[in-house]
Amino acid sequence: MTISLSHVHFSYPDTPDKPVLNIPSWSVTSQEHVFVHGPSGCGKSTLLNLLSGMLAPSEGEVTVLGKRLDNMSHRQRDQFRANHIGYVFQQFNLIPYLNAVENIQLATHFSRTKRTSVKQEIEELLTKLNISPDDSTKQTAKLSIGQQQRVAIARALINKPELLIADEPTSSLDQHNRDNFMSVLMSLVSAYNITLIFVSHDMSLSHYFERIDALSDISRLGGKH
Amino acid sequence: MFLRLALKSLLNRRGSVLLTLMAMTVSVSVLLAVEHIRHQAKESFANTVSGVDLIVGARTGSLNLLLYSVFRIGSPTNNIAWESFEDIASNPQVKWAIPITLGDSHKGYRVMGTTQDYFEFFSYGNQHKLSFDKGHAFKQVFDVVIGSGIAKTLGYSLGEELILSHGIASTSFSLHDDRPFNVVGILEPTGTPIDQTLHVSLEGIEAIHIDWKNGVKIPSSHITTDQIEALELKPKTITAFMLGLKSRMTTFRVQRDINQYMKEPMLAILPGVALSELWQIMSILENTLLLVAVLVFIAALLGLSAMLLSSIRDRSREIQLLRVIGAPPSFLFLFIELEAVIITLSSIVLGAGLLSACLITAQDFLISRFGLNIGTNILSESTLYFAFSMLAAAIVAAAIPSLSAYSRAKSIQG
Repeated sequence: MTISLSHVHFSYPDTPDKPVLNIPSWSVTSQEHVFVHGPSGCGKSTLLNLLSGMLAPSEGEVTVLGKRLDNMSHRQRDQFRANHIGYVFQQFNLIPYLNAVENIQLATHFSRTKRTSVKQEIEELLTKLNISPDDSTKQTAKLSIGQQQRVAIARALINKPELLIADEPTSSLDQHNRDNFMSVLMSLVSAYNITLIFVSHDMSLSHYFERIDALSDISRLGGKH
Repeated sequence: MFLRLALKSLLNRRGSVLLTLMAMTVSVSVLLAVEHIRHQAKESFANTVSGVDLIVGARTGSLNLLLYSVFRIGSPTNNIAWESFEDIASNPQVKWAIPITLGDSHKGYRVMGTTQDYFEFFSYGNQHKLSFDKGHAFKQVFDVVIGSGIAKTLGYSLGEELILSHGIASTSFSLHDDRPFNVVGILEPTGTPIDQTLHVSLEGIEAIHIDWKNGVKIPSSHITTDQIEALELKPKTITAFMLGLKSRMTTFRVQRDINQYMKEPMLAILPGVALSELWQIMSILENTLLLVAVLVFIAALLGLSAMLLSSIRDRSREIQLLRVIGAPPSFLFLFIELEAVIITLSSIVLGAGLLSACLITAQDFLISRFGLNIGTNILSESTLYFAFSMLAAAIVAAAIPSLSAYSRAKSIQG
């Protein structure tokens, strides 16, 4: 099992009476590609932050790749995230003043993943993602949105994560770029045997996935426990 | 990677960073300038005269006597009679005596009348004797020996004819143009006011003033140069004289004897003691200048801190991204500190460069105007100490924005 959530309850410290998530049980098996959908503001990003260790649950157990994140210290969760989890956002996935190669290198800085040649790995990934050598040395702010999102995939995959989290990564892309992005993403996660949690409110993307979960089914905000 | 990230981040905000860098550079150069000039001024003053046991002049303040006789700053209050000089110079305790006469100039440079003993006995720095780069000491009445600075600045060489001016103003209309002097010697550089001085014999000074009265040439006088050279040109008065004693043990006794000299009121001073008095007076000014420089630097540091703090408010997405890829809050703290260190180090390098450039430009002016030889090499133990202190202060000042970045990163964690 890659992900296992049990009796997870989360509310922000400043609003303890307003639960954001209440998940009795939810699990994802290894290499599964899960599409999680739900309306805006229903807690999708909060769920992803719990899975990545950015947030700790108020109650309950969050197990990712066999490790209990809720028992880890902040520092341990940071290190775990750097080593095992890739993350792609809706936007602002890259440091704008660095070029594509530097952005990807930066992700390797925090990871303890063993590697032979970072530069070679980056070049290979960028080639697979159709980023030309010229574009890879440009400031990412000067790349198109589609190119930026593809560089973001490379950045998320460089540490060979077992789990990839994508938070509405296609919402700022047009139809063509969206299809392009999805086909590249799905082929890479399959090739690298990565578990994918993909969150979106765009149901038209659901056909790329073998499992589709509505957040309202995962989180039962009607009653705690 | 860490350093490259910080450098590129700063380059990305080059407008505000450049302004902060300029403010820091100016404040660093002011602080280093105050410290460097303070040290160099002391060294320069202390190096100007060595091996002189007593300086004697007309009764005045000891500082005034020291400043005009050694550093060519200010003016003497009165002259002393040649007979008094001869009387004291004949004291069995006196090893050598160098009379000096001031009052004339050449293109703003002071002319000093003295004897050949000056070149034999006077020393500067660490007991360095004067030596000639070219030529020799004056032998004839109208010979002149010039300092290295004058030769360099005015492009003079041996055999050149110079016209002296009456008085010490840089533009004088009272010229001794009927009696030009011939350059017979150029001294090696000393780094002291000697480099900016023209040395002539006392007879030469007497010769150019032989037909002058009250600072004006007597119109009806037609004494030729040949006639003058045939005359016995014994000076009637001199401005001051320096004494070297056979034994240092007798210094205070000879000083007391001179100060109690019955025939004429005179003052004898010990150069080292007078310099100490000078430092005592200067220390208030020094400390005030240092305080102002430190306050300027603190103001620049606050500017740096404010710039970094406001940048953090604009970089919340960047902080979030770094957190997501595994950067701990401590990385964000160190990241902002590194930016501050880069700006401060750059400012120190630029500030030191700016100061060196200013010193190179102003060196001749400082020597000719104030008799101060300020070295252009600002690398010293004290400037390094100041540089490290400034860096440490910048790290402390950057702790405010760094802690802000840390707490922002931590709040993303929940």
